Amino acid sequence: MTEGQPVAMPAVPAIETENLTKTYGDVIAVNGVSFQVQPGEVFAFLGPNGAGKTTTIRMLTGLTRPTAGGARILGLDLHRDLPRIKKQVGLVPERSNLYDELSARDNLIFMGQLYGVPRRERGPRADELLRRFRLEEKRDVPFARLSRGMKRALTVAAALVHRPRLLFLDEPTVGLDVVSAHALRALIGRLRDEGVTIFLTTHYLEEAERLADRVALIVQGRIVVTDMVEGLKVRAGHEVKVEVRLADPTGEGEEWLRFPAGDVEAAVRVALARAEAEGKRVVSINTVQPTLEDAFIELTGLSAEVMRAEKGNR
Amino acid sequence: MWRDDLRGIFYIALKDLRAYYLKPPNISWGMIFPGALILAFAIRTPGDLRALAPGLVAMTALFSATSMEAIVITFERRVGALERLLLAPITLQAMLAGKVLGGVLFGLLVSGVVLVGVTAGFGLTAWRLGPALLALLLTNVAFSTLGAFVSVAVHEVFEAQTLANFIRFPMIFLCGVFVPLAELPPALQVLARFLPLTYAVEALREVLLGVRGWPSVLDLGALAGFTAALFTLATVVLKRRLD
Repeated sequence: MTEGQPVAMPAVPAIETENLTKTYGDVIAVNGVSFQVQPGEVFAFLGPNGAGKTTTIRMLTGLTRPTAGGARILGLDLHRDLPRIKKQVGLVPERSNLYDELSARDNLIFMGQLYGVPRRERGPRADELLRRFRLEEKRDVPFARLSRGMKRALTVAAALVHRPRLLFLDEPTVGLDVVSAHALRALIGRLRDEGVTIFLTTHYLEEAERLADRVALIVQGRIVVTDMVEGLKVRAGHEVKVEVRLADPTGEGEEWLRFPAGDVEAAVRVALARAEAEGKRVVSINTVQPTLEDAFIELTGLSAEVMRAEKGNR
Repeated sequence: MWRDDLRGIFYIALKDLRAYYLKPPNISWGMIFPGALILAFAIRTPGDLRALAPGLVAMTALFSATSMEAIVITFERRVGALERLLLAPITLQAMLAGKVLGGVLFGLLVSGVVLVGVTAGFGLTAWRLGPALLALLLTNVAFSTLGAFVSVAVHEVFEAQTLANFIRFPMIFLCGVFVPLAELPPALQVLARFLPLTYAVEALREVLLGVRGWPSVLDLGALAGFTAALFTLATVVLKRRLD
């Protein structure tokens, strides 16, 4: 190594866990979970209800103590440096949990007071967040009287008052209408662009696919696999397919045929021959991209319906 | 670290006062209920109303300091809002102390008004107000901590109310509010020594009616001891609940 040459230091992981475990009596909620989240990354914990997603977040934010194992958050030891960690992280819990009796603005001001935001900055910061989340007109409305989407937005805003470097989002879009969920996902994207590291849990496959740089599949307290979304699809052995839709001349009796995309001509020939033999016509030919759902089913052995059924499909 | 804790204690108390305490039903419950009890006793047993003054002040402190305190932590835990405080960069003890301070300030406000009222009404001298306020402060701290303990010891809000009443009502009749301790059966006299209201009534009686004008060290020490024990217990129980 040449003297004086700048040395590229590896970035300290935003989250680094080792054998993180939590038990409640005989029940193992989280079972020896180890993973790393890099700074600026959006990392998703994807799994069904009861998989240990929320418990993991609760441990990483100091809300509950791990039974075994440990973690470092932003380079700080979870056990020894918890107050310093808390100053730099924000949490949006699954339930919007601000104070019903306080107005939207007063809730944000209170968060600023708790986190030691200087007095002269609290008001402008609260107003900035209210503007950003389009809640200016509701600034004096008690939290209890806001709509569900507005409550969710304000809960996210409350987690950002002290400008955290790491944001935990626990099932951020559960219970939101399509428009609110879309707006929240757009916001998560903007936060990532600003350099905030995001750890989110979700049981919505499409949400993880759309937002996350990397995904960990967690089932029954154990991480099954961690990878980028595309990497998960490759691991599951899924590839692009050609899908041919056949139907009777009346439009009834629909049938879908799927072929590997490697030989489109052969696929079309087979489909046409099948259509002729069965007296059907080809209605459409599409290429079908592999989805995270395919990978999830393949890698966990669970069905996507299991996840949807547990918390209600949108 | 300690600065963060102090700031957290102050703002949590302030938030609780705004969000929960300073509502007309709480203020009226804190003042009217003890007043009604004293009035009922005075009508039933006419005598020296002046002798009831310390008990009235202590009882007002008991009900005002515990009324919301006994349910506020249970309520916030139930609706998830307590997590907001637990996530903040302060210790669990500071969070609990903030909750206690809210109850103390509210209790002081309500019982302070009653104290000034009985002091003026019964012609007590103003120079005793200072010691009386000291006794009242420790009384409210002890009762608010009792409320915090009740609040963390149960799971549901209705359980908190039941437990609080289970503790408060026997104290009213055992701790010398209406009947001097010396007139109680010996077993109940011993039992009364394990209840904080006994020392609150005695401390206030000493400053409002006594010759010394100062509460005894024993009474103030007992109130401080109850506070320390209840706060420690509340912290341990809350830690277990959260794990």
